[in-house]
Amino acid sequence: MTLVAPASTTALPTSAARTSSTLIGHFERGLDAPICLTWELTYACNLSCSHCLSSSGRRDPRELTTDECKGIIDELQRMQVFYVNIGGGEPTVRSDFWELVDYATAHQVGVKFSTNGVKITPDVAQRLAASDYVDVQISLDGATAEVNDRVRGPGSYDLAMRAMQNLADAGFSGFKISVVCTRENIPQLDEFKAIADRFDAQLRLTRLRPSGRGADVWDDLHPLPHQQRELYDWLVAHGDGVLTGDSFFHLSAFGEALPGLNLCGAGRVVCLIDPIGDVYACPFAIHDEFLAGSIREPGGFEAVWRESELFQRLREPTGGGACGSCSFYDSCRGGCMAAKFFTGLPIDGPDPECVRGFGEQLLAERSTDAVPKPTGDHSHRTSPPRPRGSTGPVPLTLSVRRPGAAPVHACAESPLAGFAPTVSNDCACGGAH
Amino acid sequence: MDAVTLDSTLVVHPRVSIRPEPFGALLYHFGTRQLSFLKDLMLLEVVQACDGTRTLDEALAVAGVPDAHIERYRRAVATLVRSTMLQQHAASEVAA
Repeated sequence: MTLVAPASTTALPTSAARTSSTLIGHFERGLDAPICLTWELTYACNLSCSHCLSSSGRRDPRELTTDECKGIIDELQRMQVFYVNIGGGEPTVRSDFWELVDYATAHQVGVKFSTNGVKITPDVAQRLAASDYVDVQISLDGATAEVNDRVRGPGSYDLAMRAMQNLADAGFSGFKISVVCTRENIPQLDEFKAIADRFDAQLRLTRLRPSGRGADVWDDLHPLPHQQRELYDWLVAHGDGVLTGDSFFHLSAFGEALPGLNLCGAGRVVCLIDPIGDVYACPFAIHDEFLAGSIREPGGFEAVWRESELFQRLREPTGGGACGSCSFYDSCRGGCMAAKFFTGLPIDGPDPECVRGFGEQLLAERSTDAVPKPTGDHSHRTSPPRPRGSTGPVPLTLSVRRPGAAPVHACAESPLAGFAPTVSNDCACGGAH
Repeated sequence: MDAVTLDSTLVVHPRVSIRPEPFGALLYHFGTRQLSFLKDLMLLEVVQACDGTRTLDEALAVAGVPDAHIERYRRAVATLVRSTMLQQHAASEVAA
């Protein structure tokens, strides 16, 4: 994503001058159609990642039919939504997946889909490489099998590497390698970059959210304060060469703003359609609290996007609440709504990973029953699922949070910074675990 | 202005889709999978004037860009040419 403006706006006439802050104002008030739409096609998944933001595993029997999916694509075409980020679950396990991809691209709706690689055979890779309208994002959460498989399950590293090799062999350059940044893989950032370079792919780093099953492991896996700084410095050093889905704007308070819109796009420029057609404010907020409506209701997706009471409310101006008086509010804008909600923090207060440490403070003070329970859970009933083939015993090293107990930790670090606004990058918070 | 030659005509890349917005427009290039924001309504008019028959100066004139701001708009257009949102053709090619 780039921002094209006639350089300095200071001397431009009012009709032409749009400063970056008024641009953000437009985004905050919401657009007639999302810039970035995540569509999770199925809750079914061959893996059972410990941090899955949609608690995926089993297919929901109410899943949208092929015709209903095509109806959504028709609407997106009318609304000029350029592309959708398709995820899941593992979207490619839907039997009509390729039919839907073909239908979307034939209707000027580009597709970027996230996959663990399970269906990216050499033949599929050839087919993908031939299309301009399809982009692929392979999920990889460790630069080594050891780190990756601890989170994503045994065999998942090899699965992803094989898929990437197939894409590279087919001549598909520039596919994305999507990494959820954790305490365990932040020391591997350079190695991830090397893997991306080796496959002529582009690295995409996103933030671990305490959403779905992510709530169970967030306390163990979210980056430590010094790692946040390390990540921020690494992102600044690599600039536009590394995508972030705009997911680290809460780190902008460290110094200069990171490339991207640097605001919470939930219900304003971003939303999620889930496998049964429910529309949520963002991919990280699958909870009744952020349910705007269903595409199955009269008016379809467009009515939900334009008229839902929830989205209207999210588009109202906020003063920043408890963060309003912070000198860094203009850069971090209070951080991620979903991260606050699922850790039981007030939505109008600091992000749990506030770089000034205010989130840590609130986490320590918060009552444990403040943490909301997930609304839906499609996890495999045996967790982790029995591995396919003989992959040996399942190493279980992550502790699972006791039900009802909040992720609590006490560390405080108070970084500092100045502020310089800039904009650009891929899409606002369109990431997926 | 390094990227745009004065006698070439400009045209929006055939794989680029434009979505007008109150602040300007969103541009999406299906070939490069790049998204750009035009954060200026006048810049959108300049881009829309790039229909394959006009040079940059002609497009700037059609959009009514005041003389004092022409250099800035030239630079913005050059950015769009570099990202291949806009393509340029030599005048002779178009005439042929």
